[in-house]
Amino acid sequence: MALEIDIFRKAFELAGGGERVVFDHFSLHIEDGAIVALVGPSGCGKSSLLRIVAGLDRKFSGAVKTPPGRLGMVFQEPRLLPWRNVVDNLRLAASALADLLAAFELDGHGGDFPGQLSLGLARRVALARAFAVDPDLVLLDEPFASLDRALHTRLRALLALRIGAKKMTALIATHDLDDALLLADEVIFLEAAPARITGRLPIGMARKERDENLTFLRGLTPKYQVIAPDEDDKS
Amino acid sequence: MIRLVSLVLFLALWQVAASLVGPHYLPDPFAVGGAIVAETRAGEMTTNLGVTLTRVLIGFSLAMAAGSAIGLALGRSETLDRLVDPWLVILLNTPALVIIMFAYIWGGLNETSALAAIALNKLPNAVVTLREGARALDPRLDDMAHAFAFSRWRRWRHVLAPQLAPFFAAGARSGLSLVWKIVLVVELLGRPNGVGFKMNEAFQLFDLKLLLAYALPFVGLMILAETFVLRPLERKASWWRLHGA
Repeated sequence: MALEIDIFRKAFELAGGGERVVFDHFSLHIEDGAIVALVGPSGCGKSSLLRIVAGLDRKFSGAVKTPPGRLGMVFQEPRLLPWRNVVDNLRLAASALADLLAAFELDGHGGDFPGQLSLGLARRVALARAFAVDPDLVLLDEPFASLDRALHTRLRALLALRIGAKKMTALIATHDLDDALLLADEVIFLEAAPARITGRLPIGMARKERDENLTFLRGLTPKYQVIAPDEDDKS
Repeated sequence: MIRLVSLVLFLALWQVAASLVGPHYLPDPFAVGGAIVAETRAGEMTTNLGVTLTRVLIGFSLAMAAGSAIGLALGRSETLDRLVDPWLVILLNTPALVIIMFAYIWGGLNETSALAAIALNKLPNAVVTLREGARALDPRLDDMAHAFAFSRWRRWRHVLAPQLAPFFAAGARSGLSLVWKIVLVVELLGRPNGVGFKMNEAFQLFDLKLLLAYALPFVGLMILAETFVLRPLERKASWWRLHGA
């Protein structure tokens, strides 16, 4: 069963009265097992879309059908429980950790509390938690936001390994086109607001070959836009 | 250690003050200590302190349990909060004495009325404190727990309780001392036993020594509870705070 998103209408009330329409007749259907990246500027509704798919926001009209099975999610901030150590944070989401700490290069940090972790490590824990549940659907909201280049690249490689390891449907929201090109089976370009799809780019190339062909991949995009990095996408 | 020095200093000041004004105005610590020993020997102290402590614990538990539940509900629902808030303000500002008298008049001079009056006096404080706690809950962690399908128990134990703990601790700390004071009034007005009853007796005899002899053991118990139970618990619960974040 595929992921079917049909949002008739979604609007946010503005503090000063009035409202901002985020989705108006928005549809997106994704095949089972597809890794899809949503690329667009901040505020174009990526986060809102993920929240709706995750069932965290039910205040919209329309219907969302998700594949059966478990959901793994990575939020824009790590969102770890500060009063539980790394292992407990992971265990609370999933009982079996197996090789997870090693897979996300967290060996030796199991007993640390989130406040003791650098942002890079905290994000790794958040990623590990999403995959700990052995998810059938993964939602990643700017999983590499505010990391430096080197860490970003490292974590992206870890993520590429993980999503290639098992069949799962994934939605990755990002403003970084390279993330999308390196990770996704299909890149969906969004524009605000209300959000609409301005382009879809399927990528057939095997994930491990993409690094060296990144320039070529960039050339495939209708307009290779460098979207200004932005810490958050409040919508 | 500093706590101990502070306590010794307090006793010394008391001694000095007592020797300045004389035993008719302020009995010295040794006289009060002697009275405590005498009352304990006679069996009066243990019985009455026991009765009072039981009332404190029951009234406190009732108020904290009900108050927490109501406070959480109010903190979570704005409509409910608007509806109940005026009542809360009324109850908060109704004199303890009035509540106690009404409880005795409506329910009779019995233990149930006494406990109801005690709990009702503490209730609004507990509600207000826990309401603040519920309002301060982080919705982002709630979302996280939801996305990862935490069970209800797990959500309580690992997401909500740690956030509410400081509010609960604050409510409990101010609550115990408040309840103790209310229990004494309740006993003074309509119970045939307990520390409040004994204090009334002491007051009628102008026996300041006896008055203090009954007041101090509870204070001592509270100091012990604070030092050996509350503080260590709090330190344990907020351990993560000391390590970053």
